[in-house]
Amino acid sequence: MQQDQGGWIQRLLRSSREHGGALLGLAIAAGLLGLPALVFGADAAPAAPTEYRDVPYVGSRNVIWVIAQLHLLLAGFVLGVPMFAWVCEVVAWRGGEKRYDKLAKEFTKLLTSAYSTTALFGGILLFMLIAFYPKLMNYLTDIFFPSFIVYCILFLVETATLYVYWYGWDTMQYGGKKTFHIFLGFMLNFFAFFIMIIPNSWATFQSSPVVIAEGTDLARAWAATWNPTWWPVNIHRIIANVVLGGYICGAYAGIRYLSAKTPEERDHYDWMGYVGNFIGVFGLLALPFAGYWLMREIYQYNQQMGITLMGGFLSWLFILQAMLIGVLFLGSNYYFWLGITYRIPGSALKYRRPMLAMLVVLLLCLAVWMTPHSLVASLEEAAKMGGSHHPLLGVLGVMSAKMTVSNLMILVTFMSFIMYWRAGKQDTAGWAKIAKAIMGAILVLAGIAVIILGVWGYFVPAIIRINYFSTSQVLIVIGVMLTITPLTALLLKSAKTTTEMVWGKMPPRAGYSLVLNAIMVILLMTLMGYARSSSRVHWHVYGVVRDTSQYAYSPALGYASGIMALCTFFFCMIVAFIFWVATMGDKAKGVTEPKKAELPHGMPAMAGASSALDKPGERKF
Amino acid sequence: MGPIIKLILLNVVTYLILKFVLPNVPGSAPLPASLIFLYLLLTTSGFLILATVSAESKEEFWGPIQRFLVGDGIGGLQALRWVVLILFPLLVGWQTYNSTAVSDAPPGENRTIHPAPPGEYAGLSNPVPKTPETIQQGKGFYAAFCSPCHGGNFDGKGSAARGFNPPPANFADPTTIAMLQESYLFWRIKKGGVGLPIEGMPWKSAMPRWELELPDEWIWKIIMGEYDGAHQSPRTWE
Repeated sequence: MQQDQGGWIQRLLRSSREHGGALLGLAIAAGLLGLPALVFGADAAPAAPTEYRDVPYVGSRNVIWVIAQLHLLLAGFVLGVPMFAWVCEVVAWRGGEKRYDKLAKEFTKLLTSAYSTTALFGGILLFMLIAFYPKLMNYLTDIFFPSFIVYCILFLVETATLYVYWYGWDTMQYGGKKTFHIFLGFMLNFFAFFIMIIPNSWATFQSSPVVIAEGTDLARAWAATWNPTWWPVNIHRIIANVVLGGYICGAYAGIRYLSAKTPEERDHYDWMGYVGNFIGVFGLLALPFAGYWLMREIYQYNQQMGITLMGGFLSWLFILQAMLIGVLFLGSNYYFWLGITYRIPGSALKYRRPMLAMLVVLLLCLAVWMTPHSLVASLEEAAKMGGSHHPLLGVLGVMSAKMTVSNLMILVTFMSFIMYWRAGKQDTAGWAKIAKAIMGAILVLAGIAVIILGVWGYFVPAIIRINYFSTSQVLIVIGVMLTITPLTALLLKSAKTTTEMVWGKMPPRAGYSLVLNAIMVILLMTLMGYARSSSRVHWHVYGVVRDTSQYAYSPALGYASGIMALCTFFFCMIVAFIFWVATMGDKAKGVTEPKKAELPHGMPAMAGASSALDKPGERKF
Repeated sequence: MGPIIKLILLNVVTYLILKFVLPNVPGSAPLPASLIFLYLLLTTSGFLILATVSAESKEEFWGPIQRFLVGDGIGGLQALRWVVLILFPLLVGWQTYNSTAVSDAPPGENRTIHPAPPGEYAGLSNPVPKTPETIQQGKGFYAAFCSPCHGGNFDGKGSAARGFNPPPANFADPTTIAMLQESYLFWRIKKGGVGLPIEGMPWKSAMPRWELELPDEWIWKIIMGEYDGAHQSPRTWE
């Protein structure tokens, strides 16, 4: 029997040698015919839920990255602008300067189109997330769905408030109606704040998840919302939105100033640029404090994440951040100094020395801030240094030095503003000399104290530096601002104006510097957006839901920079589109209404900012 | 002295200080070209800001450059203008080519010095009670196993240190272990150079994998001894 079987196999092998090609073809044909059976077999087994979908060539992660970043930038814009507009409206209401009201109205006009664009990108982002990351979205929905409902309700209320606020602007101008309009503006910001912090809870939960207790859906959502980085991100973002709103206003004014054709337009856009820059700087002064608090919370939450950001492969982002913030500080101060020399005739020589001193301090601080702990060096250079840390300058690469110089830069920028404020005025108060001496002493002592704390920080345990020294540095700087601002205001109350401020005389580079500042802020937001998201490394929800897609790796910094630049470009285009759409009606109005023909670019609201309207008793709307 | 000459002089002086004076300060070393370039960029930016802050200073600085470039009333300098207009783009092109062309120079030193520790080490705290005895024991272990490289004074200057590039860490430097938690040191000592994650590439660390030689308790004691001997404190949150 066995012999029979062996003979049969031998015959088959011999036959296969003779008819190998035919047999191989037969086997392939049988295999092909059998393929559908595999599909049926696969259908028979329960299908696993889809975890990821991809976009060919572009990649789903890149699509989400760009859309999410654009949505965030637009959201920052539509949350920053109402704050900006409301503050301007309140200034006009309390101070009687009508041009502030016009400015507020002009920017509120943008909100309707900006709001719909933001919502559009939010919708696209949501659809994309559901399509590309179904597993993750399922997980997050399971935890956060109660807050989804609150978010929707807030959206409805916010939209209704915006409509009433915008369309009721002209009819609610005087008396009690104006008070109600101001209240509406406040409510608009109030709802906007909650619209911001609810999605923040979803994003921050992904970075710093907490153990979710058993309980009702609401209790679970609340536990997940109150995660360690939620409030630091809320505060950081709200300040950043003020900065973004201010600088975008400045950039818009800068562009309009450069293309202005009449003296009135030049006056108005010059003034608008000043207001935008002022609000941007006002927020910028507080931003590093908020950023420091956020980073401290991240470090405390998880050492791994903290080191990835500040010492690991993402630490280079903070050198880029230092460069961008440095340009922003230099740009803002430059704009103040241009304002002093061009708007206040005859002051160029008088303030040149203080400007030089402030510039030198700013540059020295920036040099320290931009010096990395581990330097970019060739092998030869590294060997000469004894490693990638420079033995002398390496000490400048850590937080003690960075915190010190950021505080000093804030102090200098604040003094730049004070100098601008005081320019062209002469003190008449009898106590002016003493007040100025006190202010000078406060400033010098504060600067020395900040430096001493910074140096001392190297010789104490990290926790003392972080909890006490850095906090003290911040409090000292805030103390300086809170002391010098009211003192200056009191001095200026009785001061004599020696040189009137002249608007519309700024050189073109002032307009370009405003545009540059706005681009720096947008780049900064895209950079830090990437840092916050990348710090989760290969986790969708840090330590809980692992990224198992083909994109579970951090892109190279050069590649990431390319996407950041792309996002910045797209956002600038979208904002330009929003401004164009919002002012299109005014242009048409300008053509059809012969009465307003003297305003070639339409924009009657803007032209209303000519100084004539500032005179009390003249109401033109 | 015209502002253009001032700008050139300022950059030359800054360069000379960074290149020749600063490296000769006691305890210093030569600066890498990237840092010198960064500082020169700042110097130039600062000068340009000050030079363009008023109409007069801008005219004083930019006026002669503009007139030279457009050839407006420059008399006998026309030939030089053409030389500049031709040579400058060529110079830029040459520089661009040089910076992008394939070269046999080794890549720059840009490894991540502090890669993030694995999750299982991130939350660890030192289980050994901090007493004078345990610290002393730790110093003893340090002297036996670590000091040949990291030095008896905890300054990275042990007898074997010269053989390593990069050199062993200097624990007395306030920018090294004082910035880290004890768990980080535990991970680095235990797993050594071969235990560095992918972000720490290239793995230029000769640190032995001490888990093969020492029990965990000894490693924790060494950490206490290191901090005490180097007069530093670990990063904590309490």
